[in-house]
Amino acid sequence: MGYILIFITAIFVNNVVLSQFLGICPFLGVSKKVETASGMAAAVAFVLTIATIVTYLIQIYLLEPFHLAYLQTIAFILVIAALVQMVEIVLKKVSPSLYQALGVFLPLITTNCCILGVAIQVASGTYAAPGLEHNLLTGIVYAVSTALGFGLALIVFAGIREQLARVAVPKGVQGMSIALITAGLLAMAFMGFSGVNNGLQKLFGI
Amino acid sequence: MNYLKVLLNGIVKENPTFVLLLGMCPTLGTTSSALNGMSMGLATMAVLICSNFVISLVKNVIPDMVRIPSFIVVIASLVTVLQMLIKAYAPDIDKSLGLFIPLIVVNCIILGRAEAFAAKNNPVASIFDGIGMGLGFSIALTLLGAVREILGTGHVFGVELFSDSYGALIFVLAPGAFIALGYLIAIINKIKN
Amino acid sequence: MKKLKSTWYNMAIVLTLIAVIAGGLLAYVNSITEGPIAEINQKNEDQAKKDVLCTDEIEILNETTINLDGKEFIVYNAGEKGCAVKAVDPNNASFGGDLTIMVGFDPDGNVLGYSILNTNETPGLGAKAADWFQKDGKGSIIGMNPGAKELTVRKDGGDVDAITASTITSRSFLRAVNAAYDAYRQSLGRGPIPAPDTQTGATQQASANEVVEVVEEVVDSVELN
Repeated sequence: MGYILIFITAIFVNNVVLSQFLGICPFLGVSKKVETASGMAAAVAFVLTIATIVTYLIQIYLLEPFHLAYLQTIAFILVIAALVQMVEIVLKKVSPSLYQALGVFLPLITTNCCILGVAIQVASGTYAAPGLEHNLLTGIVYAVSTALGFGLALIVFAGIREQLARVAVPKGVQGMSIALITAGLLAMAFMGFSGVNNGLQKLFGI
Repeated sequence: MNYLKVLLNGIVKENPTFVLLLGMCPTLGTTSSALNGMSMGLATMAVLICSNFVISLVKNVIPDMVRIPSFIVVIASLVTVLQMLIKAYAPDIDKSLGLFIPLIVVNCIILGRAEAFAAKNNPVASIFDGIGMGLGFSIALTLLGAVREILGTGHVFGVELFSDSYGALIFVLAPGAFIALGYLIAIINKIKN
Repeated sequence: MKKLKSTWYNMAIVLTLIAVIAGGLLAYVNSITEGPIAEINQKNEDQAKKDVLCTDEIEILNETTINLDGKEFIVYNAGEKGCAVKAVDPNNASFGGDLTIMVGFDPDGNVLGYSILNTNETPGLGAKAADWFQKDGKGSIIGMNPGAKELTVRKDGGDVDAITASTITSRSFLRAVNAAYDAYRQSLGRGPIPAPDTQTGATQQASANEVVEVVEEVVDSVELN
């Protein structure tokens, strides 16, 4: 039950983009079309999950035993950069069709702060996991849920922007301005979920 | 090269937040008050100046193919140094900025300026570019933070303008960040035209 | 100076050099800042203990770690002056994550004071909680006794005024205070408190059983509501 709670909290209540402000750049940058948004969401989900597992293992088996916690940022960003490269190369060889779909987004992911952000949250155990321990499994559940939350926000937002492109927007707020205001309204809609985790927690008896 | 022009370029013409739209995560995530916005802006500026300087110094000894990883290592070390210094000597800032300090590493402004400016210009010009861009970023964050704080709580930098029971709390919360920035960009576009 | 060519030899040398310099620099800065960071954390906690017990001089007789709902609570016993309890919100359902507070109780279990140690809440809201529940704040909890009546906000039928427009934060805060009281009561309920180093598996087992009881109580009360 606790895992379901992490899942729902990370997707709806504490959405990575709309309430934690991580991964805003791709959220604003590749959200003009639903199709590209879905590609980006899939690429992020893929890298985020792998990166979280690898960085968590590095934190537990390398950084902590050798008292090198201060190298966290530098180690994680290098791992993520290397992982993105590796995923790109492997994907190119193994599944050219998938590479074609995700390829353009992969290089952009290195500087997507939601990957580094989630990796740090999982490694230092500062994410919400009521009734459960912070370990690799809950970390993976949290990472996958966060990635889904990112995808949901991105695709919904892209859908709205596709519609927005068909209407006459006042000249003053055209472009990024109206996109940001739309994102604000979307964030407001997601605020409606706040407290849901509380109720579920009582329901599950955690 | 006119250093003053480089400086002003970052503050006005190519303002990283309002014009280039870079580094949006800290812009939205840390501006719940003017003070938080300013701290984040200054922290980023410190890293930006140092990274620009270091990278323009070593640009000739770094082979092109390993350019990006080398820059990332330089930036990440500078950010970690800053993070440790803030933790040790300004714990309040550490508390209010939290996760966003290590995330300076992935702020597109820093790697972007390293690539676009520091890798092509001399160290002194790069420092001025860092100051200009950093100031532009800090001013933008402080402005956004001030707008959100005034509308949300009636306070700014600890001065009470009106009672906070008239504040629209939504501006301190997540949705207000997007909306306030959206309107600020609209206003700045209007002024520029 | 001419730019170095991208040969394998050059690249390996440059990357290794950069990594070594970066590692060395970080190790050096870490060794400088390690001391002050630990000192600040210690100082903040010491100051918080004094603040919440409303005293300038404090002598901690002993400290007990209590596990409630899988969260750690530390009870610092200061004898006649009461107990300071480092507590978190057991439900962890607030927006940002763990809310860590220090609460002081006098020997009768009345709240003497509190201090917020750590909050990942929306900046501004969490900060508000630092004053709101103090003696001259709008929702003062000073002098209340969570044992006599569980602290809850007015909306939930309690006596505490919630922070304007942030009921969730207020609930989270009050849950932490109530949990702190439970931990405090448990630390006394074991009679003479064993010194931390003589804590045996048996006492830990006992406290685990108590936790189960407490959890059952909570579940019951939820279902009754």
